[in-house]
Amino acid sequence: MAFSDLSALNWAHAGPSMAAAFLASTVEFVEALTVVLAVGTVRGWRHALAGTGLALVLLAVLVAVFGPALAKVPLDLLQLVIGSLLLLFGLRWLRKAILRSAGIIALHDETAAFEAETAVLSGTKRAAHGWDVGAIATAFQITMIEGIEVVFIVIAVGAGGGMLVPASIAALAALVMVVALGLIVHRPLSRIPENLLKFAVGILLSAFGTFWVGEGAGMAWPGDDWSLAALIAAFLCAALAAVRLARAVASPAAAIRA
Amino acid sequence: MNWFTASARELWGLFVDDGLLAVLALGWVTAAVVIARMVPGAAASSWAGGVFAAGLLVLLVASVVRAARKR
Repeated sequence: MAFSDLSALNWAHAGPSMAAAFLASTVEFVEALTVVLAVGTVRGWRHALAGTGLALVLLAVLVAVFGPALAKVPLDLLQLVIGSLLLLFGLRWLRKAILRSAGIIALHDETAAFEAETAVLSGTKRAAHGWDVGAIATAFQITMIEGIEVVFIVIAVGAGGGMLVPASIAALAALVMVVALGLIVHRPLSRIPENLLKFAVGILLSAFGTFWVGEGAGMAWPGDDWSLAALIAAFLCAALAAVRLARAVASPAAAIRA
Repeated sequence: MNWFTASARELWGLFVDDGLLAVLALGWVTAAVVIARMVPGAAASSWAGGVFAAGLLVLLVASVVRAARKR
């Protein structure tokens, strides 16, 4: 799909694709921003931006090299492989978000992550002159890790149904939003309800993964693309039920231990 | 080598948190694909997608309950 064809979008499909790409990318960029902020604050912005820029260039090269190859893979095989990976990825996010919502595992805290990273960076050696390789490597590594996740999510929600351009636009919008917020507040974005975002993203990615695998296997979904909405609703209901179940199961166990 | 091991672990961690859930989900996917391809009419029936999705939901809820029991 080209940018000029956006007016002809199938919104039953494009809406969830864009929402999934935007929300998932927001979570990843917030996590990357925390570490880049720590590097910039402790070791200097020149090194933080150098590492981040280097990773972004490498990611762009990877996308430019491997992106066109996706068009050569048969669609049903692409849907099966990407759908399976997306399913594993989505279920992992959703399971963790459910366990966090139920209070079984601790919530992710960006402020704590920032303080931990700051402490590590303050305690390590830095170069007296020139480039601080350790600081650059830290910014590079986090940007690469989170960036690869974003690229995977964009490809996974976009490639199977010709929605790469809308999904990419949504991810870019998330990047612009997080960078703008980072520039404004100059602190980790700890007030963003990360677990709620992860809960929503887990539901969307799991529903997409299920849908793609079904498509790749040749299953006939009732209502075609609209069945994606039913899958999202089903995963939401199951996730909410799982939160209640987990709380109920954990409470008696905690009471017995006490 | 350390960097490679760390990257491989990071990549594995992207997809797998509960190993049993990952194995069972992939097993369910494989079974669904095999049945859809081998059994005539199975993929075309309107309930195939629903059964496939229901299986995944059961696996997810079971994994959560198992984790809640362990803690």
